[in-house]
Amino acid sequence: MSLEVQDSEVDIVIAALQPNLTSFFEAWQPFFSRFHIIVVKDPDMAADLKIPSGFDVKVYTKSDIEGLLGATSINFSGHSCRYFGYLVSRKKYVISIDDNCLPAKDTAGMTVDAVTQHMINLKTPATPFFFNTLYDPYRKGADFVRGYPFSLREGVECMLSSGLWLHNADYDPMTHVVKRNQRNTNYVDAVMTVPLGAMMPVSGINVAFNREVLGPVMFPGLRIRKEGKHRWDTLEDIWNGLCAKVVCDSLGYGVKTGLPYVMRSDAEAGKALESLKDWEGVKVMDNVLPFFQSLKLSRTAVTVDDCVKELASIVREKLAPKNPIFAKAADAMEEWTKLWKSHGAQNA
Amino acid sequence: MAGTVTVPGSSVPSTPLLKDQLDIVIPTIRNLDFLEMWRPFFQPYHLIIVQDGDPSKVIKVPEGFDYELYNRNDINRILGPKASCISFKDSACRCFGYMVSKKKYVFTIDDDCFVAKDPSGKDINALEQHIKNLLSPSTPFFFNTLYDPYREGADFVRGYPFSLREGAPTAVSHGLWLNIPDYDAPTQMVKPRERNSRYVDAVLTIPKGTLFPMCGMNLAFDRTLIGPAMYFGLMGDGQPIGRYDDMWAGWCVKVICDHLSLGVKTGLPYLWHSKASNPFVNLKKEYKGIFWQEDIIPFFQNATLSKECDTVQKCYISLSEQVREKLGKIDPYFVKLADAMVTWIEAWDELNPSAAASEAVAENGKATK
Repeated sequence: MSLEVQDSEVDIVIAALQPNLTSFFEAWQPFFSRFHIIVVKDPDMAADLKIPSGFDVKVYTKSDIEGLLGATSINFSGHSCRYFGYLVSRKKYVISIDDNCLPAKDTAGMTVDAVTQHMINLKTPATPFFFNTLYDPYRKGADFVRGYPFSLREGVECMLSSGLWLHNADYDPMTHVVKRNQRNTNYVDAVMTVPLGAMMPVSGINVAFNREVLGPVMFPGLRIRKEGKHRWDTLEDIWNGLCAKVVCDSLGYGVKTGLPYVMRSDAEAGKALESLKDWEGVKVMDNVLPFFQSLKLSRTAVTVDDCVKELASIVREKLAPKNPIFAKAADAMEEWTKLWKSHGAQNA
Repeated sequence: MAGTVTVPGSSVPSTPLLKDQLDIVIPTIRNLDFLEMWRPFFQPYHLIIVQDGDPSKVIKVPEGFDYELYNRNDINRILGPKASCISFKDSACRCFGYMVSKKKYVFTIDDDCFVAKDPSGKDINALEQHIKNLLSPSTPFFFNTLYDPYREGADFVRGYPFSLREGAPTAVSHGLWLNIPDYDAPTQMVKPRERNSRYVDAVLTIPKGTLFPMCGMNLAFDRTLIGPAMYFGLMGDGQPIGRYDDMWAGWCVKVICDHLSLGVKTGLPYLWHSKASNPFVNLKKEYKGIFWQEDIIPFFQNATLSKECDTVQKCYISLSEQVREKLGKIDPYFVKLADAMVTWIEAWDELNPSAAASEAVAENGKATK
């Protein structure tokens, strides 16, 4: 697989939850300018978008969403609007970054090209079957260590790249409140494969994936009842990531975590206290995780689409009785497979 | 546990020295000159030197260190016929040091490893980092994307279940190496000039159910939690294989830690590995292992331990039976190894009477499948 990134194989998908994207686009210009950019405006946001010129941008608004999809049970408001971007993209790869994140600087002071790093992650193999203590063995200056079985050194294709954040890290509201002055200054210079069977919380703030293969599982499924506009008011990406990881494990694909970093601004930090009163997320994950850890999809589910359908029915059967939000999640997952079939499955 | 919450503006609580609770185990066949560089960090601690090779050779220990030294004659005298489980002419003999130690923690290091510098140019106190790793919990049940959540400046990320945030006790701290990386012989031959110059500033827990290649060059562990599983196997003289001692221990240790809900960490600290051993010699030693590991890995991935295995010793004996039954078919070496695993446990229990075993059960509670 060539590591060269073709303009025609990548879409950048940005969910606009704030109207003025000028400084965002100006900062990302060196890395975004060669690619087609899909901006999806939060349907709940009334103000007009401000996007500087010089980019190949297509903006989708509430009326576009309604126009294309008609009546749908999936709620695309807030952070969920970006998934509409996944649906209408026609590229093999999608990179998606929150609109309050700017390029980070590494330990040498160089600006991090998050786009290229995500693409390297997706275009080099993942190694989920055995942990390499020197992390990514395909990286320059590294390799598989002594004791790593040779038959496992070809790796598998990486379908999902989950990046990290400097400054304002992705914490739940409780942690934001208790550690309000804590900022993430630790630049960990590694990419690693999340091992087979290991579950992890994929943050939607800075992700990239192979849309051609993984698209059917990249849905906004779980909405907590008081979902809001702050990342700490959502779990939709966490749910998405867990589903994607189970599917990847089942089908022999890889998921990587680590580089690239983005610099996430403070804009939201002060408001976490308000979110604490009703935050359903405290208890939801305690049900969600054991469910995913014990999940085994059947051998007959050989495509991502098959896996999602099976996953949705198991969610309905096992989780829905515990909390109606899971029944809604199963609905959303099934709805997504239909939407993907009619709107998403085509490629450029 | 140390260093979990810091009030902004206050000083960071310092890591306890644990000088009466930790032994440093060093296998050597040549000399201990490398200890001079480590003196500022190692001097407070008791050393257990395991002298491999010719017992009539005198190994000089630098002045000022408190130590006990065992050569082959001592090993034979102390263990009698059970000494057969301790390897000869291989650094695997170091596990004898684990057995005779009376401390809670062990740190083991190779005699060609020196103090490394972090990216700011400061000398790395590897032992202090290992202690930090062992004293703070692990998180094997869900991967934290910001790595060690108990570290200064880090925490659990959004989506991490609150019920899992107490973590699991840490049994093993696996450190890394700058300069000469721990490659197998074929990789060494293809990349003789490659040096590890990347400082990855993280400690992370290896998830439950995931195996890894454990290197014995820079390793610390809690003897009371996992000691009996740290057997480094039959290697060296008279054996068909070498350079798989630490690997073997690591696979056994991980399966048992997963079963007993104990954590294994990897990452910091780094030390400076100065010597690349001869790749041709290494190839001869590793050769069989390279083929055997293709069967060994699936064996460990599928190994199961029953609910009745609620101590490390019981887990280890059960593993030895599975080794005998399943790997014995590949080569008679594994039957010998299974026997040696049993002998090791017998010797361990003899030298470490029941206090250790019951403490391990009390600490871990019920074993999980």
